[in-house]
Order: sequence, then C-alpha cells, then structure tokens
Amino acid sequence: METGCNMLLLECPYCGVKAEETELSPGYEAHLKRFGPGSTDEEFEAYMFARKNPKGVHFERWRHTYGCGKWFLAARCTATLEVFGTYPAQVGEPPADIIEKIKARRPDWKGYK
Amino acid sequence: MKRYSVFAIAREALRHHTGWERAWKSPEPKKEYDAIIVGAGGHGLATAYYLGKNHGIRNVAIIEKGWLGGGNTGRNTTIIRSNYLQDSSAAIYEKSRSLYETLSQDLNYNVMFSPRGVMMLAQTHHEVRGYLRTAHANALQGVQTEFITPQRVKELCPILNIDGPRYPVLGALWQARGGTGRHDAVAWGYARACSEMGMDVIQQCEVKGVRSENGKVTGVETSKGFIGCRKLGIVVAGHSGQLAEMAGFRLPVEAVALQALVSEPIKPCMDIVVMANTVHGYMSQSDKGEMVIGGGTDGFNNYTQRGSFHHIEETLRALIETFPIISRLKMLRQWGGIVDMTGDRSPIISKTPLGNCFINCGWGTGGFKAIPGSGWAMAELMAKGEPGPLAAEFDMWRFKEGRFIDESVAAGVAH
Repeated sequence: METGCNMLLLECPYCGVKAEETELSPGYEAHLKRFGPGSTDEEFEAYMFARKNPKGVHFERWRHTYGCGKWFLAARCTATLEVFGTYPAQVGEPPADIIEKIKARRPDWKGYK
Repeated sequence: MKRYSVFAIAREALRHHTGWERAWKSPEPKKEYDAIIVGAGGHGLATAYYLGKNHGIRNVAIIEKGWLGGGNTGRNTTIIRSNYLQDSSAAIYEKSRSLYETLSQDLNYNVMFSPRGVMMLAQTHHEVRGYLRTAHANALQGVQTEFITPQRVKELCPILNIDGPRYPVLGALWQARGGTGRHDAVAWGYARACSEMGMDVIQQCEVKGVRSENGKVTGVETSKGFIGCRKLGIVVAGHSGQLAEMAGFRLPVEAVALQALVSEPIKPCMDIVVMANTVHGYMSQSDKGEMVIGGGTDGFNNYTQRGSFHHIEETLRALIETFPIISRLKMLRQWGGIVDMTGDRSPIISKTPLGNCFINCGWGTGGFKAIPGSGWAMAELMAKGEPGPLAAEFDMWRFKEGRFIDESVAAGVAH
C-alpha cells in the first residue's frame, strides 16, 4: 500500500510514462452513462450532477496534460490513495484484470455498479 | 451550568481554579429523540442550538463519529465575510456574519470574532469589473462593501506589493465588517450551549445506517446501537455522500481535499484578511502571530484529509508574489480537510427523498463563515418541515431544474 508521503503516481496507458500529479489533470468520475435530448429530467440530472463520490474504490478520468495529452481512466482508493491500475478510456466498463486486482486488495468491495 | 464572566474568573482565581465544571456533558445515548443531528461540527451544533433556541425543540442528540469540531470546523482559515454576488448567497452569509457579531454574548462563550476587515484583491481587469459588480449587488442587498483604490489597499495593508510584475493590484473589494473568529471556540461554545439546553452531544459514535419505514426516517444505526428519532438532520460536510447513500439517495457532491498552513509566529504585520484570487492564495495573521494561509483545493476525489505538496507550493508562490516579506518565513504546520463541492459551488440546505430526513452540506471551501446562518436556516427547515426564506433557494432539486446559485462563475474560484 502506498503511504501518505508519496506523490500520486499514475501510469499513462498510452505512452507508458509513470506520471506524477503535476503532469496530470483530474477529470472526476468515469463511466458516466451519458444522456441528452429525449432523456428524462432525472436521467439528465443524474448524468450531469449526481455522483457516487465513494469513500473507497473510485473509477475516474485523468488527462496526461503535460505528456501525450490523452484522457485515460484510473481505479484508485479515495480513502488511502492506493492506485489499483490505469486503462485506456475507450472502454464502457473497467477491464477484468483491474476488477480482479481490486477484489484481491479489497475483499469487501461491493463491486462496480 | 455556571456562566462565564469576569466575576467567575475572580472567584476561581481565589480558589485555585477548582470550581470550573465541564463545558458540556458526555451522556450515553437515549433510546429516542425528537431530532438527531449527525455531525458535531460547527454547522451541526449550530443547527441543534437554533432548534432549541428558536423553535423550542430540545430533545435533541448531536452524534459525532470523531471528536467535537475535529473535522473542517477545526481545519479552516477562520475567514468570515458575506460579499457574495447572488442574492440568496448574500442573504444567508450576511445573516451568518451578523450573528457572529453577537455570538460571544449569545453563547456566553468567547468566539473571538474579530471584524478586522476582508480585502479581495482585483488583479486583472476582469476581476475589477467582477468586483465592481459585486459591490453594486451588495449595496442592493444591504451588505456593506466597497470597491477601493490601490492606494487605499496599500494604506490598509502596507506589506502588500501592489506593483507586482505579473499582476499589479488594480483595486479591491473591501468588506470592513468581515474578519476572523476562533474556529474551535465556535464549536465549543455551541456545544456548551446545546448541553445547557439539555441536548446530548455524543462523541465517538459513528452512524452506520439510516433506518426508515414507509418512506420516513425512524432512526440511525450507530456504533452505540440503534437510536430512534422523528427527524434526522445530516450535517457531515465531506462525508455527505456516505450518509446520503445510507439514506438511499445520491447528491451532486464530490469530496476533495483543501489544505491550509501556518507559518512560524512573527510580530504583528497585517491586521486584515487579504484574498488574492487571481494568483489564488489568502492570508491573515493569527493572534499568536502565525500567518494563516490557504489556497485552492486539490483536484481529485479524496477522503484522506491530506493533500498534495504541489498545491501548497502553488499557494505559497502566489502569496510570496503578493507579500514579498514572507519569502523567508518558515512554514510550521500544514493540514487538510475534506470539503464537499457541489456543481454550482453553493450549499444545499434541503429536504431529501427520504421523509423527515434533511440535509445541510455542500459548503465546500467556505463553510466556517456560514456556521451561524447555516444552523439558523437548517433549524427552521427541520422544525417546520419546510424551508424558510434563507434556505428556500438552496434545495437539492435546483440542479435538476436549472436554478443554480452560481458563485463559482461569480468569483472565478471556488469558495
């Protein structure tokens, strides 16, 4: 487990650089289901504003701003700052190997929903 | 409870201070209360206090996971101001500021409110226009602020560098009646007053679940067992998302870390609060002589109450540019708090999808100044079941309906 003294390090899945925080921009919750015209007010509000904001495993967007410039996704624990892994943004759900890694580290994790 | 007064000090001085009693009791929870407040920070305690004082509801418990005032109430930079742009914000923050003026007398507890003046520097033409607009809006709202010249800025705060090479000071928004207070004392004073009214302040008691029947709250599961209640107020700042999940709804809130720090103590060198929002740092001097410093939030979801070093570096870089004399000061302590940021950077004081369950959250990076007004408005909401004029605009459904109270655009920074 990472300790508090470390800077947050995330490996960019595109260019492979292990980037520290000053090289990255955070983009908050990942895998949001997008709604637009034709959706209900509730769906649109949930997409725009309602957030899981978990204390624990969080899937989130990051941009390798001062590197290759690409958006990628990361699985991270908001309670300990432990990073479980990063993966490309072109996926609808977290990849199986990341899920396995999280389950191994957090046996009571309720799973991705 | 014995009142604090000059006579009490004299009496105790004559008997070696053996007569002071505990400021508040530490009772075991009862089976049921008329109202339970989750969170014994400033906002939670103020809510309980005004429930008792303004609405006569005194069978109340305030439940706290950690210790009293140990969250953001004890982690902020103690700035009190009400110079907001939007009418609904100005109303509640001005109510709060005015309550601070007499809070020490009201609570019989010295909260050390110091109306020393708050100055927000304008360092770009955009900011000048923005603050002129705010000053005009404040005049209409009855909030006393004025836009002042760089010369006046220099007079009020001689250590400020108004000729900075990057961002010279072009003026400032000045609220002479803003200032600072003693943050811990606000929590302690409210807790003592609540305890005096017969309320139970229960520390070291974590809420683990919210129980409900037919869509209405019936109580909370805690680490000290089930405690029943007719009304529930959730006032937990950074952990609002967790409590909301227990109560079965989701909030437009994300938790991020906000850091602050203090320098080694030095002789008095500034007697006002200065905020420099373009470079993004703010500073005041505590009574102990430490320079109290704050800046922007860290950018990612975080519950660890610690932030990243480079954010401190950014804040200090901004302030050294603004106050060159601090460049060789050593920083003594640094800490972080978990702030609950909403989509429009304004708070939520609202009914919730669960009946008789109310929430007060989303104060983000500016909660301390709002404690008395927030408690006042939340108590009214909980007592009557409907929001009063102060809370009416701050309901959680404003996001769905597009009625934002957009202070983030108004100030250009979070606050």
